[in-house]
Amino acid sequence: MEILNLEGTEDTPKIILDKGNGIYEISGRSLPEDSAEFYQPVLDWIEEYAGGPNPSTEFVFKLEYFNTASSKLILDVLSALEDIDGTTIMWYFHEDDEDMEEAGEEFSELVEIPFEFKTY
Amino acid sequence: MQYIFDLHKTLLDHNLILVYEGEFTQEITKSILAMAERNMDSSGEESTVKRKVFNVMVECLQNIVKHAGDVQKKNAAIFIVGKLENEYVIVSGNPIETAESEKLKDKLEQINSLDKDGLKSLYKEIIKNTEISDKGGAGLGFVDMARKSGNPLAYDFIDTGDGAQFFCLKASISRL
Repeated sequence: MEILNLEGTEDTPKIILDKGNGIYEISGRSLPEDSAEFYQPVLDWIEEYAGGPNPSTEFVFKLEYFNTASSKLILDVLSALEDIDGTTIMWYFHEDDEDMEEAGEEFSELVEIPFEFKTY
Repeated sequence: MQYIFDLHKTLLDHNLILVYEGEFTQEITKSILAMAERNMDSSGEESTVKRKVFNVMVECLQNIVKHAGDVQKKNAAIFIVGKLENEYVIVSGNPIETAESEKLKDKLEQINSLDKDGLKSLYKEIIKNTEISDKGGAGLGFVDMARKSGNPLAYDFIDTGDGAQFFCLKASISRL
């Protein structure tokens, strides 16, 4: 399956989705002008991956900041992952960033996927 | 040239560190954010405060980008950041249709009537049911601004006399 690899910019996150190496990560800042358009390739990738996933999928979110339009799309990404058995969300937040910790907790309450919380 | 000094004095008297008037785009949003971040970095602002200010600025600026063109098609609006002893204030002003003002008023009144847990519930309710609008918004901006600022959102509608209203919004973020 093709690797999705997007370099991060000042308003979009770095994204690596690599089935072969078992790396699934969204990190950095997410405040694109058009969040739906930006996240569409991610949703497409996950849809294809769901057809033949690895036995376990540790999906990493390591976000420094995201805007509200991105939060809706992050929920869409999580909802797409919900149907993939063996998925765990690794939710990273900066140790003094309570808002990012709380955001992760809220997402974990909205989908049926186990979350692990880690600081960086 | 007196107005230059007057303007300078007004900015100083109100502790305004950034004022932008004109067209709003995503590129301009990024520049304004970068300027404010540099200012907070060089003054050694607490990272918690910095993040909240950044957060509220993004929602406020992207609101203007999405909606300021509704009336004049020029995205003409004003955006201000003030830095006081105890708080940062983030202010926006943009023209809106008079019909829009009632809807905004109701939304802001509802948000201001809620406490921390009430805002959290409202946020979750909206995010579960919302679709991204044609303008790219999720309908979560004001709720998020109220949550991150930790204070009620102040607002006003000023009649511009040409059938439109000038919508002013102010969010305050306490400094630790």
